[in-house]
Amino acid sequence: MIVDVISAVFIAVGSLFCLIGGVGILRLPDFYTRTHGASLTDTFGAGMILLGLMVQAGLSLVLVKLIMIQIFILLTSPTATHALAKAAFAMGLKVETDKEGRHVLPD
Amino acid sequence: MSFLIEPALFLMLVVCAIAVVRMRDLFGAAMLFGLFSLCSCCLYVIMDAVDVAFTEAAVGAGISTVLILGTLALTSKQERQQRLRLLPFVVAILTGIALVYGVSDLPAYGDARAPIHQHVAPGFIAGTKAYFGIPNIVTAVLGSYRGFDTFGETTVIFTAAIGVLLLLYRVPRKLPTASNGSHMLMRDKVVVRVLSKAFVPFVLLYALYVQFHGDFGPGGGFQAGVIMAAGLILHGLIYGLRDAQRVVPPRAIEIGLALGVLLYGGVGVWSISVGGNFLEYAALDPAHPAHGQHLGLLLIEGGVGITVACAMTGIYYYVAGRGLRPEESA
Repeated sequence: MIVDVISAVFIAVGSLFCLIGGVGILRLPDFYTRTHGASLTDTFGAGMILLGLMVQAGLSLVLVKLIMIQIFILLTSPTATHALAKAAFAMGLKVETDKEGRHVLPD
Repeated sequence: MSFLIEPALFLMLVVCAIAVVRMRDLFGAAMLFGLFSLCSCCLYVIMDAVDVAFTEAAVGAGISTVLILGTLALTSKQERQQRLRLLPFVVAILTGIALVYGVSDLPAYGDARAPIHQHVAPGFIAGTKAYFGIPNIVTAVLGSYRGFDTFGETTVIFTAAIGVLLLLYRVPRKLPTASNGSHMLMRDKVVVRVLSKAFVPFVLLYALYVQFHGDFGPGGGFQAGVIMAAGLILHGLIYGLRDAQRVVPPRAIEIGLALGVLLYGGVGVWSISVGGNFLEYAALDPAHPAHGQHLGLLLIEGGVGITVACAMTGIYYYVAGRGLRPEESA
């Protein structure tokens, strides 16, 4: 019972982060902020859902597999986001700024 | 709630397909193809076809996306505007209607009274335990019951790689030691480099696990081959083609490509030479038929794995090697 509640909370929080990330990709103004939204889904959303599944799995071989997937996602997703943002920067996609160097949102 | 998952995935497949057709930007279309593969991969998992899902994830979402992007680097990134031509349109619509009409005649998904579940599938399930003693029925069906088909498939992959080789091959030239090409950009990124260096060995190890554990769990030659190729291609993407070709030289790829098919066919010829039929593994060890089956499966899965890994890596080599600009390849 307690296990179910804990895992449900984790999965709900993870789903919420996925949702926020999705809204972020659609609503945020420029490429870099959208990348941030996407990375939120990847890392936090998936991570939280996996954590919920881990609680559900208990001490078993499934738990070990889930931990391995978790490590894999925690390492690869931020790297993918990093590579994406860096590639965009290298291709000359600039962040819009005004004279004082503040971030300006494009219309 | 879980009954919603399948319709949702199918809906996403349709949305992806329509978006790919309507899209003029080929780069985006390539990405959507990856998404399409990922959705179908999820569907395969839901339908308990884990072996297929494996292949779809590695080939569809991984390698083919890389190959399409590599091809895009050689051609235009925009689809040419074409006016709607009537005849192809009508033919496509009619074919679609015929297919949908044909599908209506098939037994429903999971129908226990479908012909396949009356005599074929029970035979495979009983026979796998009796003759092979291995838990993965898919491996037994693929390697032994349908050994001829799988031999054909391996030959098809071999032929595909040969076709790409014939189209894109050029005399190997020494690649330069230092390059300023755009494909080297990734190499300078410390985070990506360190992480890929940490991961590629595990990917290759996993490929070997999938290869040799295929009798007991999901996996086998096809899956292992594509995972192995995915590891090598990842290395090539980040460290550049030259470094990848130092690890596995193109010559080794060409030899391996033929060697795998030869190994598969060789097992068949061997079984004939000891008095059995073509690909009758039980004849390999008359004293212990089950042992003969294991040996045959091990060898042909090895052949499939070698050919698939070499074909995928080879196609990547040829496509990426074409993309190098003259100052990089001269």
